[in-house]
Amino acid sequence: MSNKYLLGVFHDEHDMIHAAKALKKSKIVIHDIYTPFPVHGLDQYLDIKPTRLPVVTLVAGTTGLVLALLFQYWVSVIDWPINVGGKPFNSFAAFIPVAFEITVLFGAFITVFAFLMRSKLAPVFSSGIMHSGATQDKFVIALAVKDASFDTQNTSKTLADLGASEVSIREVK
Amino acid sequence: MSEVVSRLRKPLVSKDRTYTEVSDDVLSVIEKPPGHLWKICISISASLLLMGIIVVGYQVSTGIGTWGLNKTIGWSWDITNFVFWVGIGHAGTLISAILLLFRQKWRTSINRAAEAMTIIAVMCAGIYPIIHMGRPWLAHWVFPYPNTRSLWLNFRSPLLWDVFAISTYFSVSAVFWYIGLIPDLANMRDRAKTPLKKRILTIVSLGWSGSHRTWHRYEMLCLILAGLATPLVVSVHTIVSMDFATSIIPGWHATIFPPYFVAGAVFSGFAMVLTLLIILRKVMNFEHYITASHIEAMCKVLLCTGMLVGLAYGTEFFIAWYSGNQYERFVFLNRAFGPYAWAYWTMVVCNVFIPQFFWLKSVRNNLVIVFIISIFVNIGMWFERFVIITTSLHRDFLPSSWAMFSPTWVEICTFIGSFGLFFTLFFLFVRFLPAIAISEVKTVLNYAKHKDHHE
Repeated sequence: MSNKYLLGVFHDEHDMIHAAKALKKSKIVIHDIYTPFPVHGLDQYLDIKPTRLPVVTLVAGTTGLVLALLFQYWVSVIDWPINVGGKPFNSFAAFIPVAFEITVLFGAFITVFAFLMRSKLAPVFSSGIMHSGATQDKFVIALAVKDASFDTQNTSKTLADLGASEVSIREVK
Repeated sequence: MSEVVSRLRKPLVSKDRTYTEVSDDVLSVIEKPPGHLWKICISISASLLLMGIIVVGYQVSTGIGTWGLNKTIGWSWDITNFVFWVGIGHAGTLISAILLLFRQKWRTSINRAAEAMTIIAVMCAGIYPIIHMGRPWLAHWVFPYPNTRSLWLNFRSPLLWDVFAISTYFSVSAVFWYIGLIPDLANMRDRAKTPLKKRILTIVSLGWSGSHRTWHRYEMLCLILAGLATPLVVSVHTIVSMDFATSIIPGWHATIFPPYFVAGAVFSGFAMVLTLLIILRKVMNFEHYITASHIEAMCKVLLCTGMLVGLAYGTEFFIAWYSGNQYERFVFLNRAFGPYAWAYWTMVVCNVFIPQFFWLKSVRNNLVIVFIISIFVNIGMWFERFVIITTSLHRDFLPSSWAMFSPTWVEICTFIGSFGLFFTLFFLFVRFLPAIAISEVKTVLNYAKHKDHHE
């Protein structure tokens, strides 16, 4: 399956923001915007909901904490209790440092994997790259060309009128 | 379009640069073949590394009896060097995580190099405990895995906490650093001239497109990782200090150790960041990115943490007297006036007195003096760990056990070898990866400026 996108390439981020605003006003759905650095305030034009990554971190971190505490308790009290210097088998306070480290480890790694999966980032992907300038100095608005009803000619003109220095079609597999 | 520039706020990038020029400035250095200077530097550091590898091979095959340790002093240079390197790592996380949470925008041009320093320093640190095990091929025994010995670990031991703290710290820092690199790797990919380069960079940049939907999550991810790394970095040196503080050795058994060690770690780490960045900005022409005000800000951090460390030295003495414990009193008097007094006073002079010069703006703005002071702090912080470890051990409870420590050539060569590893990896980093976070610097390019737009 291949998807077609109409790209409007801007040199200036303010022109791009202005164009995104205008497109939104004329009810043209923007597929995505590609920028060399995070440009704030675009979410309203793309209808982006707040990310749920913090929830992932909370769940992952809590899981790590509980698993680490249970494991240390199981090892030290149930599976193979060893008397170390007369300390109680359940030396709960001594289990906290390792439990904390595992909390952080789980929280960080699972959040990173969730991010990579959700954003479709992996060593095998390169098909999502729209424009090679978008990682350096270009600001690219991509509109999805879904079917014949999409008026490519007129929309291209609108993009050019809004200040796009280059308007092109890109097919993505 | 007219431009309004603030007169009160200094721009973070001191020269007018376009987005392309930022990429050019940072990437052109690594896109062309290496210069002579780099070749000379890497040759020297790789030679030292090679010497280190040979010496490590010798001591592992012969046994750690090749060290100068004796029955009284069971820890000395090995643990001193371990704590020294771990401490150095802390500044990188402080800059990348804590300053991110505090929204200190000046961090953007120094965080990449500082984080690389963190990861490399933790690698250098890891060598020492692994060699100290004596049988490093059994190093995996420190991790809890089901094994034929049917034994678990002693989770009450601070040395085991250390294993978890250091390995978590290393892996989380490495991931945080790599996540930060992805947009810049994508920039390198899109500029790559040769197919091989392009292919490698396509793989490592994970198909980054610069999508706003991704950026939106990416920024949240960085914030979350910073939020996790901040308590993590504090926990690491806290746990390192507990290797000492949970023992009953006078001079070690003190509740002040965790904050004292964390302050010391930040102090030593910032000194090493200054040492490296003053050279880096000169050699790689990054003067407009790592500006005089960056150096000045780091000098202020050094001044502040230096005084925190000084306060800790004073508090230790006070508590030793106030505790009424004769052994504590003896250990501290012995530190200041005993056979290792030279090491103690080297530490105090380097860490407490010399950084006081940073009160003067003229000193903070003089790169040569800043560089020299940063070296003094590096030396002073090494001596701090040596003083804590060796002086507390060398006067045992029984005077018949009293001993002195002198390092053997094996220990000295291993220490030099760890510097070889540190600089080799750092030079490889500046050669093959962008030493400045390009996409982050682009966000602060217009700091203190405002372009007037008419809509």
